[in-house]
Amino acid sequence: MAHSNWPEWIYVGVVIALMCWVGAEAWEAERLVEHVPEGAEIIKVTGQQWFWTFEHEDGTKEIGELHVEKGKAYKFEIHSKDVNHSFNIHDYVVLMDAIPGRVNTVWFAPDAVGEHDIQCREYCGLIHYNMRGTLIVEEPHS
Amino acid sequence: MVLELQKPRPIWQIMFSTHHTDVGLLYLIMSLGFLFLGGALALAIRAELFLPGAQIIGDAMTFNRIFTVHGTTLIFLFIIPFASAVGNYFVPIMVRYKDMAYPKLNAIAFWMIPPSGALIWLGFADFTWYATPPYSIISAPGPAADMWIFGLKILGISSVLGSINFVVTILKCKHPDMSIGQVPLLAWSFLSSSLIILVAIPTFAAALLMLLTDRLGVTGFFNPAMGGDPIAYAHLFWFTFHPEVYVLVIPAIGMMYEIIPRFSRKPIHSYGSGIFAFVLLSIVGFSSWAHHMYATGMSFTEKTVFMVGTLAAVPASALHVFNFVATMWNGRIRFSTPMMWAVGGIALFFSAGAGGVANAAMPLDFTTHDTYWVVGHFHLFVMGTIAFGSIGYLYYMYPYVTGRMYNEAMGKVHFVMSFIGTVLVFFTQHVLGLYGMPRRIFDYPPIPEWIAMNQIASIGAMIIGVSMVIFLVNMVYSSGKGKPANPEDPFGVGGKYYYPFEAKNPSH
Repeated sequence: MAHSNWPEWIYVGVVIALMCWVGAEAWEAERLVEHVPEGAEIIKVTGQQWFWTFEHEDGTKEIGELHVEKGKAYKFEIHSKDVNHSFNIHDYVVLMDAIPGRVNTVWFAPDAVGEHDIQCREYCGLIHYNMRGTLIVEEPHS
Repeated sequence: MVLELQKPRPIWQIMFSTHHTDVGLLYLIMSLGFLFLGGALALAIRAELFLPGAQIIGDAMTFNRIFTVHGTTLIFLFIIPFASAVGNYFVPIMVRYKDMAYPKLNAIAFWMIPPSGALIWLGFADFTWYATPPYSIISAPGPAADMWIFGLKILGISSVLGSINFVVTILKCKHPDMSIGQVPLLAWSFLSSSLIILVAIPTFAAALLMLLTDRLGVTGFFNPAMGGDPIAYAHLFWFTFHPEVYVLVIPAIGMMYEIIPRFSRKPIHSYGSGIFAFVLLSIVGFSSWAHHMYATGMSFTEKTVFMVGTLAAVPASALHVFNFVATMWNGRIRFSTPMMWAVGGIALFFSAGAGGVANAAMPLDFTTHDTYWVVGHFHLFVMGTIAFGSIGYLYYMYPYVTGRMYNEAMGKVHFVMSFIGTVLVFFTQHVLGLYGMPRRIFDYPPIPEWIAMNQIASIGAMIIGVSMVIFLVNMVYSSGKGKPANPEDPFGVGGKYYYPFEAKNPSH
């Protein structure tokens, strides 16, 4: 090609630099996000067609509703009894697939009292659309 | 010039022909038929989601079946056969050969598609186009699910046969005077996408067989109750279907490479970088499949590897955009209908790519994954880029196929309405995803933001629907009553219409 191609090289350089920046930022953020704080309380989450069950460390079980305390860190251990689901609290960017035969973990620490939607984000059949629950964040007990 | 519909022929002459333009015509008509069928399902989905509560579709199962068949139809029965139509028409002419390398195989590859289309439509499965196990094994009702599996199996074989034909035609049957570096970019796009198919499809073919035997209960590859792992299916599926995204998009970009220089009345800015970007895309396309699976519990290292692999595809796509813009730069552009579609397609390609970078970044993916963001994102590719490039090319090849011109005003109205509709539907769906609405849901709680966004999207979909009716009328009416095209220069852009290698077909 007779004509000079320097604008194309600059453009490609800029795109590559942008991608490196996005990648580095994402890597750094994900590394921080995945670091589970010490002493996080474990909540076992079970997905099944079409509701969520929760089991706290002290053995308390809940269906459809999850009560947690403000300011505490929680680690979810998520698994499924039948087909794939995806455990999602959108307001806290909690998302992890519930897969039969596997236990996936994700953690969060609610920072304000309130109610948030829990939903299933992976297609799981007939009533996938209504596989919903409620997260209730309460003031710390004592 | 090969003018297909100029002299009336009995339909069986076209149906039983093995000539590449006849097979191309069959592909074309069938793929457009499925475009309208699949589009009608999309309108049903959007009408249902206009408000919370059941609207026009009575129950969730029907809704689930509709979005499954909608996706399967438009990907496998519209986009891929449409590309095959264009390839059948133009690849042999571009490489100056009398036909495809294996004409009978070509016809067989086509005739495998109608039965598989019938299997998919008569079965009407409900397990999404991804057929996710263990749902598809233990829960999905048969025989719909089994019919879907067989339908896809046949389509896979058809794709492989078609790809072998393209690869051999381009590499072995091109005119001896023509080096591979002189093959037009549209033919290069078919070479790249065919090679991707040949590497990628066998994996999914194997996964489909395993899925079928799992359903029959004789194996347990993906069934945890029998010691299997559904994540294995996810890997096999995405190893085929992430590269498949490039199979879909590369021919559409090749079509834009025909349209843009023609209507800019300038040669392509850089032929070499076009080839380079095609080849690069077809290689790095294989390094990113598991970015669909960040939330399945992958380790940090795995996620990082696939994020890097995904981001690596961006410069190659960006090269194409640069090439298009640089070609138009200082060109004497004529915005005829095909050019409008191509330019609109590039704009939406850029938007879709930008959204894709956000998906690829690990922490952001946990916000967008399996929400309407993802629906908006890939529809900007399949509708905004691939369908736009394809429809633009359909207008471009229209005089070539029928010998007549379509109605220009209707073509432009079709474009403007489709463009506005596409932006309304799919940009809005991105935002809807950020508000947290999951995909594949029949009903949603009455959250005000969700309702508003869904209504905007549904209105956009109706605008696209109306524009498609205009398109259909234009195509059908003009093929019989349109004004005869000037075969030398139907668009009045100067130069010869099909400039690269205008060869008369000896057998026609």
